[in-house]
Amino acid sequence: MSNLYLLSLTIFTPLAGVLFILLTYALREDQEAAANSARWIALWASLATFVVSLFLWLDFDATKAGFQFIEKVEWISSLGIHYYVGIDGISLFFVLLSTFLTPICVLASWATIRNHVREYMIAFLALETFMIGVFCALDMVLFYIFFEAVLIPMFIIIGVWGGPRRVYASFKLFLYTLLGSVLMLLAMLAIYITAGTTSIPELMTYEFDRGLQIWLWLAFFASFAVKIPMWPVHTWLPDAHVEAPTAGSVILAGVLLKMGGYGFLRFSLPMFPLASDIFAPVVFLLSIIAVIYTSLVALAQEDMKKLIAYSSVAHMGFVTVGIFVANQQGVTGAIIQMLSHGIVSAALFLCVGVVYDRRHSRVIADYGGLVHRMPKYAAVFMIFMLASIGLPGTSGFVGELLVLLGAFKSNTWIAALIATGLILGAAYMLYLYRRIIFGLLKKDELLSIADLNKRELLVFTPLVLVVLWMGIYPTSFLEPMEISITKLLADYDYALASYEAAIPNNNMAFR
Amino acid sequence: METLAVFLPLLGAILAGLFGFVLRDRGAVLVTSSLLTISAVLSWVLFYDVIWGTGPRTVHLLNWVSVDKFIFNWALLIDQLTVVMLVVVTTVSSVVHWYSIGYMHHDKSIPRFFAYLSFFTFFMLMLVTSDNLIQMFFGWEGVGLCSYLLIGFWFDKPSANAAAIKAFVVNRVGDFGYALGIFGVFVLFGTIQLDDIFLAASSKAEAKIIFLGIEFHAITVLCLLLFIGAMGKSAQLGLHTWLPDAMEGPTPVSALIHAATMVTAGVFMVCRLSPLFEYSETALAVVAVVGASTAFFAATVGLTQNDIKRVIAYSTCSQLGYMFFAAGLSAYGAAMFHLFTHAFFKALLFLGSGCVIHAMSDEQDMRKMGGIRKLVPITYIYMWIGSLALAGIGIPGLGGFAGFHSKDIILESAWAADSIFGYYSFWLGLIAALMTAFYSWRLLFLTFHGQARCDERTLAHVHESPAIMWVPLLVLAAGAVVAGYLGHTVFAGGGDQMRSFWGDALFMLPTHTALENAHKVPLWVKVSPLAAGLMGISIAYIFYIQNNKLPSNCAARFKPLYEISYNKWYFDELYDRIFVKPAFVIGRYLWKSGDGAVIDRLGPDGLAMVTLRFSRLVSILQTGYVYHYAFAMLIGLVGLVSWYVFSEFLR
Repeated sequence: MSNLYLLSLTIFTPLAGVLFILLTYALREDQEAAANSARWIALWASLATFVVSLFLWLDFDATKAGFQFIEKVEWISSLGIHYYVGIDGISLFFVLLSTFLTPICVLASWATIRNHVREYMIAFLALETFMIGVFCALDMVLFYIFFEAVLIPMFIIIGVWGGPRRVYASFKLFLYTLLGSVLMLLAMLAIYITAGTTSIPELMTYEFDRGLQIWLWLAFFASFAVKIPMWPVHTWLPDAHVEAPTAGSVILAGVLLKMGGYGFLRFSLPMFPLASDIFAPVVFLLSIIAVIYTSLVALAQEDMKKLIAYSSVAHMGFVTVGIFVANQQGVTGAIIQMLSHGIVSAALFLCVGVVYDRRHSRVIADYGGLVHRMPKYAAVFMIFMLASIGLPGTSGFVGELLVLLGAFKSNTWIAALIATGLILGAAYMLYLYRRIIFGLLKKDELLSIADLNKRELLVFTPLVLVVLWMGIYPTSFLEPMEISITKLLADYDYALASYEAAIPNNNMAFR
Repeated sequence: METLAVFLPLLGAILAGLFGFVLRDRGAVLVTSSLLTISAVLSWVLFYDVIWGTGPRTVHLLNWVSVDKFIFNWALLIDQLTVVMLVVVTTVSSVVHWYSIGYMHHDKSIPRFFAYLSFFTFFMLMLVTSDNLIQMFFGWEGVGLCSYLLIGFWFDKPSANAAAIKAFVVNRVGDFGYALGIFGVFVLFGTIQLDDIFLAASSKAEAKIIFLGIEFHAITVLCLLLFIGAMGKSAQLGLHTWLPDAMEGPTPVSALIHAATMVTAGVFMVCRLSPLFEYSETALAVVAVVGASTAFFAATVGLTQNDIKRVIAYSTCSQLGYMFFAAGLSAYGAAMFHLFTHAFFKALLFLGSGCVIHAMSDEQDMRKMGGIRKLVPITYIYMWIGSLALAGIGIPGLGGFAGFHSKDIILESAWAADSIFGYYSFWLGLIAALMTAFYSWRLLFLTFHGQARCDERTLAHVHESPAIMWVPLLVLAAGAVVAGYLGHTVFAGGGDQMRSFWGDALFMLPTHTALENAHKVPLWVKVSPLAAGLMGISIAYIFYIQNNKLPSNCAARFKPLYEISYNKWYFDELYDRIFVKPAFVIGRYLWKSGDGAVIDRLGPDGLAMVTLRFSRLVSILQTGYVYHYAFAMLIGLVGLVSWYVFSEFLR
């Protein structure tokens, strides 16, 4: 066990960066110099975290289904709560996604954030620690703390560096997530009282009573459905995105939404298989509505960020379908779709940020003909737009394909209905692209708009490469997660089968 | 060699696309065109090697996806069907590349244009060399992307942008069916590897599948779903609306993508999947009926269009219909034969019309042309050759232009199929042949004969195209003249000739004998396509040379019919009204009313308001935000706990 502390190192390296930034308060008098050093510290800290997390990938044993890099230290002994972390094939790439996007966010905020730079960078680094923590936590309490803690820096980022309606947006975000969190906390209490442990791996093998499962499932669902978000609890997302600064949107779309999907995979499916099975049709219904409804709404948007936000909801509709059809292709597809969306939507928000920095408008009608002045930008934007509509050879395709196949195996209606998202998705994205990029460059404000600079190219290049990599050779991502998913589903099917066996002639009407 | 043939165009596209600023216009043009020409030469070598040499093979490139049993890889399948497509694609593509050097001479983004062209060719090659359904889908969507990029190449024109989006989205509708078809294939066969599917096809001939809650004959459903994809890509009736609009793109693009290669992908797909389609009489019948109807429909529209490129576009649509009904009647050899010859003469017609447009200072309306045959003699000859090939003119018993052989064998197969669908296809195809000849000569007469109707300045400027444009066309003209004669025995000959050519690449059940019997049809069936063609030409002559009042008189006399034809049977208006506009209206409604008025009002905004009022009632001292939330939380907690307790209690 040479890499005993690798996971903790990943989680807490960003916090070390926070400490260094705090030191600048003591050392630097000059505001501008202090801000600059904060930027560099944040960049190096997040890059270091990314490098450390790469070792997780390298050392990850893809032949094992269980958790790896486990660390377990007693924390609150009277309640049996531990600092207990570890990752499996499912969480590995979410950790990597978080560590990958944070340096990009730091770079993207380099020149645009001018006020309170140090505090901004501190918020981002803290956010990174919490995000990684969510995906690594193997103790329920620890998970809850990280899960809720993520909101604090996010809240500050939107509230301080956000747009004009930031108060309304953060209020909405708060209200929605609060509702979910309270219910989840309650459910966790119930779990602790029933099972007597907070250890997630132990709980995954604990067989909850069917009636209790239903309540617990619903409570967790409330939290995760808001987070991912599912229709009809999605309305916080467009507002939050619109008001958030670019990097805030990147993390929001890139990582925070995935916490919902991850929660379904970590809690709902393995701990409450019977309830998951019962409620799956509800999830399908909501997901189908989400895909069609939000795609149509996206078509009518006049604000770029809102359009992409709505498209996120539609994409997440694919994810929830993939998770709850509970077969190998569906779940794998859901995870790939989440990772892909994490990269692609992040990149799309960065694309919006690029023109917002120059023109200070998100209204689509304020643009047009950018290709004349910004050919590089047009090319980059094109690639992510295509990935977003799932063109084969990009990351978006693999996820959608697998989810659709998983859904088709389960029920052809679901597959046929969510596949309409392919058509609508193409329509609204191409329409967006056309209005921004193509046409004549007529608006006076745009006549001298500048193409991507070196820093921006540096931000986009890794994103483009990952999108193509995941599309052309997704095997690197599929292999490590395969066995963990197989095990998850084997346990799931076993739980369903043994329940069926225990009660013959059970109410089949439910299924 | 296989890998080189496929990836050289990609290399060219990358070099021109990413390093266009280093290579400059000249460098980008030379790199892409030369690489493509090498690729074309390699393709011809492969063609020879596969058919008369070492035979079919598969080259594995890279793993792609493997999830449970859902496994597919990047690979190149090179068999008889592939090599026919390879030579068509690379030959036409390299001609188009060289031609474009002249045609796009004045354009300001030449590297981008050539990068797109080569990129397109790469995707097309990936499509035809695929050994599984997903890679085919990769190529399928990839060519769609390039088509989108090239239609919208002149992105300053709103009409070009709109046409580009339309092409992509309509194709997506087709791909929607294609994707569902792939999933169905996987569910039925447990694999999407073509050879495995074909091996298992006969054993699944009677299998059932539940689709959308109803039990169907499995292979029929799968074939129909896949055929929806083919209809989208090949612009068949119902999903054809994007093709005429696609003429917004530069003319070389129309020749390469929207005539010779991409739009034939659907035909290729049906032929490639012949071992599957053969087990579903229903699916085959649908293919035949859709094909024949499209052949007829598009020909009627072609009669009245005034834009020179649109006439040819509808003609393409119509000819694709011929290929489909041939395939639908199990005459795959004939379908592929027509695909092969059509690529040459239709690309020739398009590039020839490009020369005309070039000569007429970018004028595309035939009403403003006329009388320029002496000024552009080479173009004039090319257009004649293309039209003769398209109309299928030749001397029975001796041979003729390309279409003479390929269209005849299709119509003969239709007759020989001896079924209701066969006769339906035969008669519609025959009428369409007459109309084809009519509008082809209408085009020739309006463009080249009679009085010049353009203004003085344009007329003074009319000039023959430079050698870089007309020399490459020699290849296509030669193809349009001899491809039919050379190919008719090997592609669609009787008995062993055809089998020795196609090997196992095409599959026909022994009971499907349309193509076999096509060689034994009555004499009048054999000569009727030619007669129809000659009749069409004669009518065009009467209408546009002898008595040029006739067209307008006719249009006035049969106004309703003329209007339907001129307005393309109102498909665009219909779709706009039932799909496009409602989508935007519903989207706006859902956004404002659904998200705004209902969800937010009942959800966060409403809750906040209720909480606010309620808490004011309870306490006039504290009205801070935190307090409201805590209050809401409390209510929630109480509600939930009591619910839980009660349900426990009731159990």
